[in-house]
Amino acid sequence: MRIDIRIVVARRISQVFFVLLTLWLCAVATLGASFWRLSGWPVNFILQLDPLTALGTLLATRTWYAPLLWAVPVIILTAFLGRVFCGFACPLGALNQAVGWLASRVTADIPGARGQALRARLADNRHSPWQAAKYYVLVFLLGAACFGSLQTGLLDPLPLVFRSLNMTIAPVVDAGFQALFLKPRHYASAWLLLAVFAAILGLNFLKPRFFCRYVCPLGALFGLLNRFAPWRVGKTESPCGNCTLCDTYCEGACSPSGRLVVSECLMCMNCLDACPQGRMTFAGQPSAAGEEHLPEPSRRGFLFAALAGALSTPIWTIGGLADTGKNPLLIRPPGSLDEARFLSLCLRCGQCMRVCPTNVIQPALGEAGLEGLWTPVLNYRLGTSGCQVHCVACGNVCPTAAIRPLTLDEKLGQGKFAAKGPVRLGTAFFDRSRCLPWAFERPCLVCQELCPVSPKAIHTRTFFEPIRFGQADIVAAEGRKLSLASLPNPTVNLGSGDYHLRPAGLNSMNSPETGLRRINAVIWAEKGQTLTLDAEPDPRQGWKLAPGSAVEVVVRLQKPYVDPARCIGCGVCEHECPIAGLRGVRVSYENESRSGPGRMLV
Amino acid sequence: MSAPEHDMPPQDSLTRDPSSNELSRRDFLKRAAGASAIALTGVGLAASLLDRSGPPASDLFGGKASAKGLGDYSLPELRGKPGRMAIVRANPQGQPDRKAMLERALASLGGLGAFIKPGDRVLLKVNAAFATSPLLGATTHPDLVAAVTSLCLSAGAASVALTDNPVHSPESCFALTGIAEAAAKSGAKVILPNENLFAPVTVAPSGDVGGRLIRDWPALAGAFKGITKFIALSPVKDHHRAVASMTLKNFYGLLGGRRNVFHQDINGVIAELALLARPTLCVVDGMTVMLTNGPTGGSLSDLKAMHVMAVSTDPVAADSFGMELLGRAVAEAPYIKLAETAGAGSADYKALNPHFLDLGA
Repeated sequence: MRIDIRIVVARRISQVFFVLLTLWLCAVATLGASFWRLSGWPVNFILQLDPLTALGTLLATRTWYAPLLWAVPVIILTAFLGRVFCGFACPLGALNQAVGWLASRVTADIPGARGQALRARLADNRHSPWQAAKYYVLVFLLGAACFGSLQTGLLDPLPLVFRSLNMTIAPVVDAGFQALFLKPRHYASAWLLLAVFAAILGLNFLKPRFFCRYVCPLGALFGLLNRFAPWRVGKTESPCGNCTLCDTYCEGACSPSGRLVVSECLMCMNCLDACPQGRMTFAGQPSAAGEEHLPEPSRRGFLFAALAGALSTPIWTIGGLADTGKNPLLIRPPGSLDEARFLSLCLRCGQCMRVCPTNVIQPALGEAGLEGLWTPVLNYRLGTSGCQVHCVACGNVCPTAAIRPLTLDEKLGQGKFAAKGPVRLGTAFFDRSRCLPWAFERPCLVCQELCPVSPKAIHTRTFFEPIRFGQADIVAAEGRKLSLASLPNPTVNLGSGDYHLRPAGLNSMNSPETGLRRINAVIWAEKGQTLTLDAEPDPRQGWKLAPGSAVEVVVRLQKPYVDPARCIGCGVCEHECPIAGLRGVRVSYENESRSGPGRMLV
Repeated sequence: MSAPEHDMPPQDSLTRDPSSNELSRRDFLKRAAGASAIALTGVGLAASLLDRSGPPASDLFGGKASAKGLGDYSLPELRGKPGRMAIVRANPQGQPDRKAMLERALASLGGLGAFIKPGDRVLLKVNAAFATSPLLGATTHPDLVAAVTSLCLSAGAASVALTDNPVHSPESCFALTGIAEAAAKSGAKVILPNENLFAPVTVAPSGDVGGRLIRDWPALAGAFKGITKFIALSPVKDHHRAVASMTLKNFYGLLGGRRNVFHQDINGVIAELALLARPTLCVVDGMTVMLTNGPTGGSLSDLKAMHVMAVSTDPVAADSFGMELLGRAVAEAPYIKLAETAGAGSADYKALNPHFLDLGA
């Protein structure tokens, strides 16, 4: 049996397939072993198909990173068949086309509406010289890439669609199900990501596939690559009946009824379907009505855009943001290259932010400067923990190795990496004006407890310090029990085991060994207070519970210190610090493994 | 395909005939009805939802319906009586066999059947706080999880689940500690601490303890839904702030929210945790004990093999035994005494007359 399906139906099936594949690859990029988790799924496959990523990183680094070899078949396909990717595969193209279809759908049940809509549609789908704009965008981006600043990912539809779906749509949708994430995900400045995504989709109301026609640098690259394509869309005879139905339904606005603008053909194949006479073909011959390659080619325009791109890179460096002017909070994921090389590879696709099990990897808004917009930066206040010591997920999903795929041995500084030591992200610093034991004489020590390094990078020294309003006179005493008359109502739990008693003002008694007694229980009343100590004071140590003598309550404080030679900057301390706002311990990039300027210790 | 044709364009009766300024009676009535409906809706909404006093101040405590703890799963016949306990020592030269040790200890207490009845739904509280290898001893050993699960199931338990709200990312914790795999192999269900499993609880005061810290605080209540028995499986670890982390400190993992604020009164909160959920059984696993750098450890040099395991119905007694393994006096961890005064158990495990058993050569 022979099954005939129209080429546009085949295209739609392919588009739906690639959109579903994109959604699936977004969904499964969650750490875990079950089949719908990151268990061998090629989560980067669509990103790796991207020739713009391959070319951009090639220009920026002079090498073609092996996982990006998937772009080669796409280039070959485009060189021979044209922009198949745009028409059949690009998930953003499919979404744009779907929104454009919704926008131009005729719903009004009025006579003449359909004719009017078709005329409007024809006007919308006429070729415009502004379609040259995307080539200037492309040349600008490649010019910047030549000098080491990879900005393609900002507008490249594939990183853009992954970034947008994973960091705006998925967290919102999943908040109701909690199927992907145990706790609702947070992404800093998600509003901006969504605003860009929504604007791109919304522009389809202005012109169908607006982004594809006027902005998309990947489309522009495909438009250059199909220059010599032997097979292409075109008319078999000219003149024809000139019904312009082909133009009316043309997604790429490549003017199929007239002189075909070959670079603009998105391979939507609508012209083949629309032509009532079957005069449109896809064949190894030029269009009968003539062809040109690019819209309004302007060498001056190209040159100007390329120069502007090339100049943008040195301008970034003048800001010194990758050097001594670097934002102290610019903490990159473990395995990240030094800042300059990092910016020559990072696509801002957000895969690292998506896969991070603790959600600490965030899209940078200002931390990395404008040049580093949406590059990954660790924010230890967001997320569910710090950077997990035994996790190397981000580097292993990074499609361009801007974050290198570390092994656990390399991250932890074990095995053959023992001499190099662990990968450090930064150093924790205590803010003694905010840390509970340092600033407020309250015991705490969560940071030390959770420091995952062995031996711990956070260590303590123990102090016994008098508390405010902690002095009173003894009224009576018996054994290890004593009664006081004037102890103000305490604001802390004096019976918690952290509070001790000594003769008032006897500062030299500063440890249990020198005579301090722990308060085991307190019964407080306005009229009188009863304290039970852990043991009776030893008169040989200079005090006894004599009625009439004054005693004072001291608190045992384990005050935390950082050993910077051991701190790896994982940020668990900062994340878990109970000071909810500006944390009492904070990590900044000093001493990070990846860069010279960050070095702190000698 | 073409749009259906009409002879007359559809007309909105309200705007019919623009040349005429006359409004028909019928149209006037329609307009009057529509306008009245909008007006009445406004009046109705205002009248029915009127709030004369404005919003109340945000109140951290109160207002919410808060459960009183997570439940008492201790055996009714033992309540108010001394608990039961068995301590097993393994052959230091042999392969560690937690299941054999557990079976030996339970046999001396009348078998697991004395605690788990057919049809029981059992929840295990493991310590899965950190995403580290079981070799590092910072978490409940997977062999213990597997042994308890299979013993419960063979005692007729209808289901066995385990849970923890760890410090590190939960999936990684259960995976890297080997607990998820042990659970899958032995038939226990891992309950990940999904946000929607947390509900506010309050620990009612008992003695000097309770009613102060865990008040309307989110706890992992969803994991306890429908369970009839609760077993705590805890490693024995050094802890700089709390001195030791064993059974009661393990219950910190039943709390949600920014629970770390309670470290300011670590002994107070651990004593409250002793009241938060009363276990049926506690297993304190001293096969390897973390003597330094706790509770995270991170190095084999932080551990010491001690080849001991204790099974107790009394979590406080279990912890007082753990202190002995750590070589520390019970008084050094004040929460143990506080938990005793709150009525959660005995701070002197010897008062339980534990069975001392030896599998040694």
